[in-house]
Amino acid sequence: MSEVVLEARGIVRDYHVGGGLFGAGRTVHAVKGVDLKVEKGKTLAIVGESGCGKSTLARIITMIDAPTAGELFIDGEKVDIAARALSPEMRRKVQIVFQNPYGSLNPRQKIGDVLMEPLIINSDVPAAERRERAMTMLTKVGLQPEHFNRYPHMFSGGQRQRIAIARALMLNPRLLVLDEPVSALDLSVQAQVLNLLADLQDEFALTYVFISHDLSVVRYIADDVMVMYYGEAVEYGSRDAVFSDPQHSYTKTLFAATPRADVESIRKRLARKAA
Amino acid sequence: MALLEIENLTVTFDTASGPLRAVDGISLSIDKGEILAIVGESGSGKSVSMLAVMGLLPWTATVTADRMAFEGRDILNLSPTERRRIIGKDIAMIFQEPIASLNPCFTVGFQIEEALKQHMGLDGAARRKRAIALFEAVGIPDPEERLSHFPHQMSGGQCQRVMIAMAISCEPKLLIADEPTTALDVTIQKQILDLLMNLQSEQGMGMIMITHNMGVVAETADRVVVQYKGKKMEEADVLSLFETPQHAYTRALLSALPENATGDRLPTVSDFSIEGDPYQGAKTEGARA
Repeated sequence: MSEVVLEARGIVRDYHVGGGLFGAGRTVHAVKGVDLKVEKGKTLAIVGESGCGKSTLARIITMIDAPTAGELFIDGEKVDIAARALSPEMRRKVQIVFQNPYGSLNPRQKIGDVLMEPLIINSDVPAAERRERAMTMLTKVGLQPEHFNRYPHMFSGGQRQRIAIARALMLNPRLLVLDEPVSALDLSVQAQVLNLLADLQDEFALTYVFISHDLSVVRYIADDVMVMYYGEAVEYGSRDAVFSDPQHSYTKTLFAATPRADVESIRKRLARKAA
Repeated sequence: MALLEIENLTVTFDTASGPLRAVDGISLSIDKGEILAIVGESGSGKSVSMLAVMGLLPWTATVTADRMAFEGRDILNLSPTERRRIIGKDIAMIFQEPIASLNPCFTVGFQIEEALKQHMGLDGAARRKRAIALFEAVGIPDPEERLSHFPHQMSGGQCQRVMIAMAISCEPKLLIADEPTTALDVTIQKQILDLLMNLQSEQGMGMIMITHNMGVVAETADRVVVQYKGKKMEEADVLSLFETPQHAYTRALLSALPENATGDRLPTVSDFSIEGDPYQGAKTEGARA
């Protein structure tokens, strides 16, 4: 059996809202007891619509947010950021790429500085080596060394997402959490970024947690799929099992709602319209 | 006679670094009751060409065309007053971001009645009745109560329904939908597309669907125009476009769909050589940097 990079048992996250002068606050159950397990080099895709708690789960896995209840293991080691601060070694193991490449890069920071910042904070690599590593990473994600001194506004959406991926990889993480990394991108650019992610996974034996609402992307990239609905994992299994035989009614709704771009379904639609 | 006819439309923007041609010689036409999809990536000029039809471009834009006619009437050289009579009434548009396109300072009821007041000349009571009927038509529950809500009190899908209600309020002959579902979840996207299709067939409107999602094209369009860097690459009916795409760029777009992936890697647009590409050799993505 291969090693398990990420394991979560019974993750719960509640948010308390309101509770002002008039009336008591209420509790929102964002994540209601989710279990998951990802092996090294595999991709787990988490699917669901906005508000289903998938990004909250991503924040918990990335150790940005503490779960209300439940246990999180990274590389077999128990993590509890509510109890004690995270060591730099743990912080290095998990990195995240956010959805909006326009919002997640500081407009006043040059690309080189964007890439070197994680090293300054989490490691004691000397300046010359930081620079060298940033240059290497730039070429790895398909950019040029001359991009080092440019600002984020000089790049297109796809290039910015490459920069965000490069930044996440600077610390050689074991686990990369991708929160809707391609939903803001055009189709052909989306294909380039997905190819890049596949190449990087092979090269660094990375483990991915891939959050998306686009089922066609999930089908392409995932090994395992989890479908979330109102904070619960309503379906969890291997990609083939989930796609060929969805059990939960919500999963079926989701599949039915996804537009189909094959010739057969266009024919059917046109026939329906003509009738 | 076609509902909307455009021949050789070009739009040029004056920028600090010289003129930028966003739309370069586009011709298209749409008939009554037809759904035309315009597909392309961001920067392909698909929204700009429709904004030119609406007359909503900023003053830095220069619009020229051999012919731009709505129901046989020239709409290129209209005076602002004449244009206002057509825009919003006979030609209506739905924008991409529903929450950003509604005014946050006014209730949705006020905003929908404003259009009715301007174009239909109804009195207060009749406007309210019509607004309630419209909200019912687009599937907003409790329409009477909802009229007094502000945009921030509604979800993205609900706001898009309000936008659609506003667009169809004056029974337009042509509805332009600019990426109407891009910001929405797939389940909501399905509802909105079904709603648009139903309204379109009920009222016999012409509809132009601007999108970059090939799935949406496959589910809605009768005819498709593929646009790339301001030029029209291909025009075909929807079935032949998906079955036998003629142009290299269309083939590239279709093969970049993850569901069409055959091997380990997805082909990208730069894997195809595109004839007539003004930036031949430059990669799609690197072109801007």
